[in-house]
Amino acid sequence: MAKVLTNTKKIQVHLNGNGKEQVPAKRLNVLKTYKMYVGGQFPRSESGRYYPALNKSGVTLANICLGSRKDFRDAMVSARSAFSGWSARTAFNRSQILYRIAEMLEGRRAQFIDELLQQDVPVKQAETEVSLSIDRLVYYSGWCDKYQQIFSSVNPVACSHFNFSVPEPMGVISVVAPQNSGLLGLVSVIAPVIAGGNTCVVLASSEKPMCAVTFGEVLNSSDLPGGVVNILTGKVKELAPYFADHMDVNAALYCEKEEATIRMFKEKSALNVKRIHLYNDINWFSEEGQSPYFIFDFQEIKTTWHPIENIAGAKSGY
Amino acid sequence: MKFDSARELAPAPESKSAATIKPQYELFINGKFEKPASKKYYHTINPATEERISSIAESNQADVDRAVKAARQAYEKTWKKMPGKERAKYIFRIARMVQERAREFSIVETLNGGKPIRESRDFDVPTAANHFFYYAGWADKLEYAFPNRQASPLGVAGQIIPWNFPLLMAAWKIAPALATGNTVVLKPAETTPLTALKLAEIIQEADLPPGVVNIITGAGATGAAIVNHPDVNKIAFTGSTDVGKIIQRAIAGTSKKATLELGGKAANIIFDDAPLDQAVEGVINGIFFNQGHVCCAGSRLYVQESVFDQVLRKLKDRMETLIVGDPMDKNTDIGAINSKAQLDTINKYLKIGLQEGADMYQSSCKLPGKGFFCRPTLFTNVAQSNRITQEEIFGPVLTIQTFRTDDEVIAKANNTPYGLSSGVWTDKGSKIFNLTTKLRSGVVWANTFNKFDPVSPFGGYKESGYGREGGLHGLYAYVNVK
Repeated sequence: MAKVLTNTKKIQVHLNGNGKEQVPAKRLNVLKTYKMYVGGQFPRSESGRYYPALNKSGVTLANICLGSRKDFRDAMVSARSAFSGWSARTAFNRSQILYRIAEMLEGRRAQFIDELLQQDVPVKQAETEVSLSIDRLVYYSGWCDKYQQIFSSVNPVACSHFNFSVPEPMGVISVVAPQNSGLLGLVSVIAPVIAGGNTCVVLASSEKPMCAVTFGEVLNSSDLPGGVVNILTGKVKELAPYFADHMDVNAALYCEKEEATIRMFKEKSALNVKRIHLYNDINWFSEEGQSPYFIFDFQEIKTTWHPIENIAGAKSGY
Repeated sequence: MKFDSARELAPAPESKSAATIKPQYELFINGKFEKPASKKYYHTINPATEERISSIAESNQADVDRAVKAARQAYEKTWKKMPGKERAKYIFRIARMVQERAREFSIVETLNGGKPIRESRDFDVPTAANHFFYYAGWADKLEYAFPNRQASPLGVAGQIIPWNFPLLMAAWKIAPALATGNTVVLKPAETTPLTALKLAEIIQEADLPPGVVNIITGAGATGAAIVNHPDVNKIAFTGSTDVGKIIQRAIAGTSKKATLELGGKAANIIFDDAPLDQAVEGVINGIFFNQGHVCCAGSRLYVQESVFDQVLRKLKDRMETLIVGDPMDKNTDIGAINSKAQLDTINKYLKIGLQEGADMYQSSCKLPGKGFFCRPTLFTNVAQSNRITQEEIFGPVLTIQTFRTDDEVIAKANNTPYGLSSGVWTDKGSKIFNLTTKLRSGVVWANTFNKFDPVSPFGGYKESGYGREGGLHGLYAYVNVK
């Protein structure tokens, strides 16, 4: 397998066990195995299948796991088990963890730029994409404990009750990430979903899957509990139907314009009254790529009532 | 306890004189009452007497098409261009006129739907009027509702409503749609069209521009024609989860937006530290209000083991005192089941409950010889997996289970595909908040049940549907935000 790594650095001087300088003619790179990220682990596809990630000139960059239906179902189990813990974290804690993800991503800037370059993204754009991804995480980190105040209300009911409405996470979200952007699209859809206390199973870009896998490593070193974000690699055509019809998915997000797939998502969502969102006309590189309304899309509004005792008036009680 | 002699009350029937019902009703399209292209009519009855009370036009595809065209034209030519403050005044007018004719609406609602006059008089009609009044005021204030965004109307809204709260559901649908600048084609339920048609009279009198609201009658086929009409931009549906799913599938290939208010199977939870008398009153109201024809009815009761015997005795005693009978009698607590079909469904579930091995208890009340009636019923000795605890019955039927710990009851309460409402009864504040945050439902009533208000958002989690009606959040259902 011919892997091409553009960051083959100048051969460095190393010391051998004897303390004498040893200068190898050419150091052999250690290649990375690109695996999926499920339940805080990095498994291969249970199916044993793979597909090659190619660059424009047809050179194989890596072998990528070709995720299966079973992989999706395993990821769903992880996402569901992680939901009660993640949604119960304090908003402040979620905020800190999102910020930590940004910190980890910043620390690995060079690696992500390099991966984007390998996947034929021009250098300027690659730098912008990574910078924007980091900034986007910081942006949503800030929203974690604020969107509730924007979208909640105290409702002045015409009876002796205290009544308020607050957003709550929807649950487990299945996400088919934007296909044309390997990192920024992925980060832009994951961040609002988890900022809002949901957990998710995400299908990475099929064409540009490498950053998604590496982003899994970033998540794994960011205090984010395992299972909150599960990243699968594979083919949209094969896996999207499972993202749409799984009975434990509360809402699904699809980011492409493929008409037949949109229809399929909407039709299958009726099985358990899934909420469907389509982010298929959004420029993730622009300001419209970030907003608290993306968080709100994956929130339910819960309204709570309680009587107010009106002792002197003797008109209420329970 | 015996209540039969001491509690016998003299009849107190509401007079029908405040209301007139025409022998025949037409379709309300483009501001006029028009005969249906189908030339067909069906009878609407009083479920308490099985007597025919009026003939109702049955819309076909051509009628739906006419209504949608009228709505489209009104949207493009008048309504979307009208300043919000002018739209507001029209909606305020409707609210006031419903208030003025409140008694008439109550009587017609009860005659056509079978609900006790006390409920239509004290709840349905005033709440419907208030709903119009509330949303009227939003029409010129929408820029404050969506922070940092501009809202624009969707276009023509097709609205399909159920038979359990006919006028109130019409108000829930029409008021926010008009306030946000949409026009409307509304179809009331097949069995309860009369108050919606009375509302059409008011809309005509209020001089609303023709076509802004169109009200057409018919059965499921009419509803399907609205859902499938290519020039409808938005579907708002309240009804069963089964039909909701059909609608979701039907509009899959389109860009139509939808809000769905579907079924429920609410848990009502009593802890041992709750004020038991109030809790029992809340449980009775939760399941027997409107004959249990309430999507958010508290149909699954969970009682903490230590107070189970006490609660069960109090419940049975209270059920004995419920007056079942003539809905027009002001003393009646439980009126008529809305239709023969619904009564059959309820009776089917009573049989299923017995077959599943549950113990059934019914109050000993006499039922009228005519009409569709059902005794208030409770089942004990039921399992979480029983059909009577899993499926929505939509009648005066309560199942009771026990629990020991908070975590146990939270798991049991959430073990349902529905998520519309739930109830908690305890005197401990921290326990209330523990429960109200962990119960997966759109409405949680703590130490109360079945409270509604125009300012209070209502709607479900999971298979109880999506979107909210009421309050600020109800506006989102009818706008694009950019």
